[in-house]
Amino acid sequence: MDNPFRGFSAVFYKETLHVRRDFATLFFSLIIPILQMLLLGYGIDTNIRQINTVVYNADGRRESRELLDRLRNSDTFHLMRFVNNDKDLNDAIISGKCRVGIKIPVDYSDKLLHQMSAQVLVLIDGSDSSVAGQAINVTTAIGLDESLRRVLATTDTSFAVDMRPKILFNPDSRSPNFFLPGLTAVLLLNVTTFLTAFSIVREKERGTLEQLFVTPVRPMGLLLGKLLPYLGIGFFELSMILFAMRFLFLVPIHGSVLLLACLSLPYIFVSLSLGILISSKATSQAHAMQLAFLTILPSIFFSGYIFPRETMPKFFFFLSYFVPATYFINITRGIILRGASWAHLWSDGLVLCLMGTLLLVIAARRFHNKVIMA
Amino acid sequence: MTPSDQPAISASHLVRRFGNFTAVNDVSFRVEKGEIFGFLGPNGSGKTTVIKTLTGLLPLSGGDATVQGIDVRTDPEGVRQNIGYMSQNFSLYSDLTVFENLTFYGRIYGLSPERLRERMDAIVQLNGLGPYLHRLSAQLSGGWKQRLALGCAMLHEPSLIFLDEPTAGIDPVARRQLWDLLFELSAHGITFFVTTHYMDEAERCSHVAYIYFGKVIADGTPDDLRQLPDVNPDKTYRVEISAPHVTQALRAARTIPGIRSATIFGQSVHALIDDSLNLDHLRSQFLNHDVTVAEIRPLAPSLEDVFVELTYKHQAAQEASRG
Repeated sequence: MDNPFRGFSAVFYKETLHVRRDFATLFFSLIIPILQMLLLGYGIDTNIRQINTVVYNADGRRESRELLDRLRNSDTFHLMRFVNNDKDLNDAIISGKCRVGIKIPVDYSDKLLHQMSAQVLVLIDGSDSSVAGQAINVTTAIGLDESLRRVLATTDTSFAVDMRPKILFNPDSRSPNFFLPGLTAVLLLNVTTFLTAFSIVREKERGTLEQLFVTPVRPMGLLLGKLLPYLGIGFFELSMILFAMRFLFLVPIHGSVLLLACLSLPYIFVSLSLGILISSKATSQAHAMQLAFLTILPSIFFSGYIFPRETMPKFFFFLSYFVPATYFINITRGIILRGASWAHLWSDGLVLCLMGTLLLVIAARRFHNKVIMA
Repeated sequence: MTPSDQPAISASHLVRRFGNFTAVNDVSFRVEKGEIFGFLGPNGSGKTTVIKTLTGLLPLSGGDATVQGIDVRTDPEGVRQNIGYMSQNFSLYSDLTVFENLTFYGRIYGLSPERLRERMDAIVQLNGLGPYLHRLSAQLSGGWKQRLALGCAMLHEPSLIFLDEPTAGIDPVARRQLWDLLFELSAHGITFFVTTHYMDEAERCSHVAYIYFGKVIADGTPDDLRQLPDVNPDKTYRVEISAPHVTQALRAARTIPGIRSATIFGQSVHALIDDSLNLDHLRSQFLNHDVTVAEIRPLAPSLEDVFVELTYKHQAAQEASRG
């Protein structure tokens, strides 16, 4: 008699009808993530190449021209402008037309020929830290390489230490490979949270929720009945995103797709429960929208999707443990890029399951205490 | 006590507080089986709160209530399984058809598929919903929405149905039809608990109670209430004065000594008159004020008179107690 899930199948039946009737909403909520994915997938390249560079070559002889060729061949710099004085060099950077300025002094070749140390001035615009970092690294490396060659040119020995970095898992450093597995987590959260939050807030607005509470339906039956159809939709959405990732952006999936599917269920469950929790607080769809955005921003910034978690200040690093996307991004990158298996990822899956259950229980209690009593 | 003579609702000394505010203050009443119980009162007087406590949505701060013989405090789920409830805004799913709405509520109450089909046929027959079965409920007019909502509320055959302002925003024809339906169902033994603001609807109830600021200040059949001494003070009687110019007649009535109170009612003035002032005397008083009066006849108080009198009396008492 006392079944805590009472009314589940009735609510499930009704909710699938709502989804079918409101085909437009469903369609857009499935299509918009794919569009976002196309934009980000094709539009963003985190590898820094062809930085606009201004050059003031006061020397002009063979040695200086060789140096410029080496910079050009690195693919990092695009030598787009040549000037004849310091002022123009500075102006080109201040106006934002160039990010890097290179000044080769008049005595560059002379000093080299006399076995002296020749200076080259490299001006770097620090307003974008990743561009600046790349410019410093490449110019320093070229300078070092150039010096070593000149020192070793007379003898025939090789370098004493030969560092050979090898990048695992994403050897070409392709941006989509890095971006899209993380994007999956954010898009999935976006869609599912909104869908459940709206489906419940709509009932509040219409007054049907009040009616439901006078029936023998139990909060858990109601919430799970609402949640399950959207779990199906979330799963379908995930399949679409993965399909586009694999066959449109050619991101290879190194691990098991089945494992990815299994571990995404708890994540979808978490985002749906989050939507339900939001709906227990929100009184209108506009209100629900604002609250949903509140949950989406931390998922973008504190989950490691864009910025590495390790470089965050301690507080935010700690905070990132409470962001569900943190765990799912580890799962997607793990399976897709690193070929991780169940043994590597079970703890992330477990945390997501716990989070989802906790959120759902809190939401059910809130429904019992706040919504009914209001 | 055998189940047959158990009341449908028995509420004794209900109290419900929200913080410092007492929304329901020592409310007691009894609703017998088969009654149409009208629960009346101004907005914010606690009607909906009483319904919420009786349906187990709000725990009581004090007092006891049984609904259909089930204790609301210990088994709210049991209460909900045995009652029907229709809220003010006919909470239907507008993007679902009539059939789907009924199916949903049937399943919520756990009806088996055969039983659901049987009950749906009966309700569609009774409420005349047949032609609209596969229409979206958004496309129904107000009256039909209300019939569907009532149908959803009685699908599981409750013998007690709560109707919270069932006729708000409904045209007069649909209103009349709903009441005809309620009488028919009531004849089959179903008890109704109805809240309303319409006095003509209150007159149709077999039992009414009037709640004012959390307290029940009148309880009985409409006839009982009309006989209340508060409404019919000693040595007074009520008359209906028809006049071509009612506003003039009212202005005059308020200056004539011996008329205790007067108010306009359609094309006539209802007045409470001292015994000492007889009808002929009254007529001549109006002539003195240059007001033509077509007819004056004695009148029993209407329920509206009853509630207005009681409200004034309680307002005065409240102000007096506040000093």
